[in-house]
Amino acid sequence: MKKENIKAQKFGMVIDLDKCTGCGSCMVSCMSENNVSFKEDESNKKDSINWINVYQITNGKAFPDIEIAYIPRPCQHCGGIGDHGHSPCVSVCPATATEYGYDTGIVSQIYTRCFGCRYCMGACPYHARYFNWWDPKWPTDMKKYLNPDVSPRMRGVVEKCSFCYHRYQAARDKAYYEGRKDDIAEEEYQTACTSACPAKAIVFGDLNNPDHLVHQIVVPDPHPDPRNHKVVGKSGNPEVFRLLERLGTNPKVYYLSGREWVRKAGDNYLPGEWEKLKINPTGSHGHD
Amino acid sequence: MKVDRRSFLGLGLGVAAGVAVSPLTVKLTDDLSIWTQNWPWTPVPVDGEVTYENSVCSLCPGSCGISIRKIKDRPVKIEGRTGYPVNDGGACLHGIAGLQYLYDPARIKSPLKKSGDKFVQISWDEAISEVADRLSEIRKSGAPEKVACILDKDSGSVAGLLKRLIKSYGSPNLFTMPGLESYLELTASTLHGQDMTIGFDLENSDFILSFSAGIIEGWGSPVNCFQANASRKERHAELWQIDSKLSNTAASADRWIAIKPGTQADLAMGMCAFIIKKNLYNASVIDSHEFARFASKVQNSYPIPKVSEITGIPSAVIKEMARAFIKAAMPVAVFGRGRGEGSQSLKELAAIHMLNCLAGNINKKGGTVVRSKSDYLSFPDESIDSIAKQGAAKAPLGKYIHDFFEKVGTGGNPAVEALLVYNANPCYALNNAKFVKQAIGQIPFVVNFSSFMDETAMESDIILPVHTFIERLEDVPSGAGLSKSVVGLSKAIVKPVYDTKHPGDAVILIGQALDASIAGNFEWESYEECLESAAQNIWDELSEEGFVVLTAGASREKVNIDAAFLADNSETVQIKGEGELILIPIDHMRLPADSPSASPFAIKTVSDDIIKGKDSFIEINPQSAKGLKNGDYVLVKTSVGSAKARIKLNEGIMPGVIGMVRGLGHTFGNKYVSGKGSNINELIAPVIEAGSGLDAASGIRASISGV
Repeated sequence: MKKENIKAQKFGMVIDLDKCTGCGSCMVSCMSENNVSFKEDESNKKDSINWINVYQITNGKAFPDIEIAYIPRPCQHCGGIGDHGHSPCVSVCPATATEYGYDTGIVSQIYTRCFGCRYCMGACPYHARYFNWWDPKWPTDMKKYLNPDVSPRMRGVVEKCSFCYHRYQAARDKAYYEGRKDDIAEEEYQTACTSACPAKAIVFGDLNNPDHLVHQIVVPDPHPDPRNHKVVGKSGNPEVFRLLERLGTNPKVYYLSGREWVRKAGDNYLPGEWEKLKINPTGSHGHD
Repeated sequence: MKVDRRSFLGLGLGVAAGVAVSPLTVKLTDDLSIWTQNWPWTPVPVDGEVTYENSVCSLCPGSCGISIRKIKDRPVKIEGRTGYPVNDGGACLHGIAGLQYLYDPARIKSPLKKSGDKFVQISWDEAISEVADRLSEIRKSGAPEKVACILDKDSGSVAGLLKRLIKSYGSPNLFTMPGLESYLELTASTLHGQDMTIGFDLENSDFILSFSAGIIEGWGSPVNCFQANASRKERHAELWQIDSKLSNTAASADRWIAIKPGTQADLAMGMCAFIIKKNLYNASVIDSHEFARFASKVQNSYPIPKVSEITGIPSAVIKEMARAFIKAAMPVAVFGRGRGEGSQSLKELAAIHMLNCLAGNINKKGGTVVRSKSDYLSFPDESIDSIAKQGAAKAPLGKYIHDFFEKVGTGGNPAVEALLVYNANPCYALNNAKFVKQAIGQIPFVVNFSSFMDETAMESDIILPVHTFIERLEDVPSGAGLSKSVVGLSKAIVKPVYDTKHPGDAVILIGQALDASIAGNFEWESYEECLESAAQNIWDELSEEGFVVLTAGASREKVNIDAAFLADNSETVQIKGEGELILIPIDHMRLPADSPSASPFAIKTVSDDIIKGKDSFIEINPQSAKGLKNGDYVLVKTSVGSAKARIKLNEGIMPGVIGMVRGLGHTFGNKYVSGKGSNINELIAPVIEAGSGLDAASGIRASISGV
């Protein structure tokens, strides 16, 4: 398909960190939907596969001023510098096992093409990619609950969050069958983590579609940030931010918090830099 | 033969040429690539038609509606059921992981009988007759009271059948595991009268004052609470959390007020005193029984400076809390520390609920709902013979489950000849779990209705394996502090995976195999028939819709308030033991505290500063850590046990207090869940509350030393 023939969608999500309770439903819903494996000891988090990982952060203060918050981190589905589709991982894959979907904005992962070089893991600034060091093993009967829409992985390949692409495919197939072409309603395509969240902290949809809630919350700026041309799609909502936004990876996962220290935790700042940026929010250390 | 230089080189070249020409290298490279890229052992899940079926989850008292996605006959995913009045589409991690319980490695696959140290498989007929024979023998000896029964909870038709069995058999010894609903009923019966319960309208309240209730830690009906907490942010309703630790609830709250463990009752009494003294309360409480005596008692005994000293909360903050609470338009005070299960103090529960009474929020929007227990089941009257009458008239072995085990574990002659356990794991979940295990070991005949080989099942003599919630039809009543009362219908989504039975059917079969007088009370063909007739008033709607809303919104019942129990002002239960620190249990949403234990998925989500390898962590404030560093090994010692654990420095726990997450340290045959960390219930000793007889231990004194 040629790029210009496609009504470009850009699926993304916004996670309200003030509503997130760190309950873990998104993680388990993802594991169950996507046939994620498990093993006897999962306490070594470096080899524990979690497509959406919920991190705990603190404001670093002492008792009783300490606060905590949770940051769920799926694959950020980066658009790469300038949002041209050159995601950090896609750019380095020698096997074409991971590709940028120009029609959806989703970064794919094709397990059978992957030969396990793990360059993508090194390139990903978000630690969103996981390597299968061993063949997944399910206790005998547990294989019976596996979901046929997602291939179980094997030793030696990398896996990551796909924004539940199979759910998109199912919704698209249904739309085609019903003669709606690719006109998919917002509620027809929702990721497993979104539909599971009991606090409704996750909102998922097409960032390009003004009718979708995710667009209304994020209000993404379609133009490059005038101070840092690498960054596109910056939110017009002062409480919305992206992780390591100034790198120009242009993630499609946005975060929302009314708490300043939480927003500040989304990037690394030099001493005094945050305060300066607050006064001049468009200011950035990009190449002007 | 002499090998000269020429032939040596010639041979070498020949070998090199041979290897190069032979297919060996190609073959090896090919094998290598096959080895890394061909995976015939990787499962290929069978595809098929997709269908969805509605059911209800009964893993915890939350009673959420679920929707199960099936591929042909194979369930592949559990999600929340949209439109269900409890959880409207939401689900928690344990429910979502529900299919793992179906195929859990610790599932019991057929009836078992203990022989020596081992279990041997027996048939269902043998198992039922073993149980029935033993029970008949005990009854013949004229001591039916020596058969006891422990239930997970006191509601629903399966509990109804077991209660019916024990009643027609003739024993007063029926106990339930301590759960939030049982505490709500106890609080209601103390302040309002018998057969009532309490709900909290969290979704409408504009000011929630939580006395250490883990509103997003699994308290009450967890998904409903998550939703209420999220909507609170949109409604700008406030939550103030009084807690010894920065729990997730405290972190999500507008204010966190740190309190010394076990002093919540004193704080609530002090706030009552302040509100009464300042004349800020709702005038209608004056009519309540014994209010004047309570008012004077509480004002004499709980002046603010004294309460401040006891609780560690500054006087000004206590006054501010009391004022903010009483002046809010729709305030609600929430009680039940942590998940509201385990050990709780009746004085604490009642004193906090008295704040609700003073605020006049009973049966008001955004307040508390006080109503009669919903009774939708009607079993036919039992016939009770003379043996049963005599047995039932005997004094029970204790008011609550802890008394019971105390008597069983310390008495000489076996006080109990046989024990039936249904869906409970007291050997793990009760305080001083080791003692409970030893007490159960002294009971000559233990019958366990369980799906999993847990700690209590391992101590049993006969195990009757029962269907999991995905395999069985059952009524699932809500409770657990919801403002409405809903009964859902759990359905058999799959055929039983193993040789298990419905617990209701097992009870009916046992009943039918006993004396004629008992058998007459169990004249159903099957559990299904029994449920349909017992729930006949609502059966059509229940089976059609999958749920029935029994009551919703504020109750119109007239509610009396009786302050007599609080006016007596029994002594607040103190934290016992020795040591400079206070050890408290920490309830964690991702780890269930009781039966069933966590699924492999749930365990996987637990962070590596709660469980690392085989070690639990002790959370301690750096101020109390005396130079200990993150990850250091220490020995935690209390009067009943000790455990090795690692240090987790946490600014979010009060100095002088240490915490350990509940739900770890299982010891049964599921490698994904067992052998990880320590069970905190083995470190805490029960403390019986004078006024109520409950185990009210909120923690225990402890010391830590390097190892």
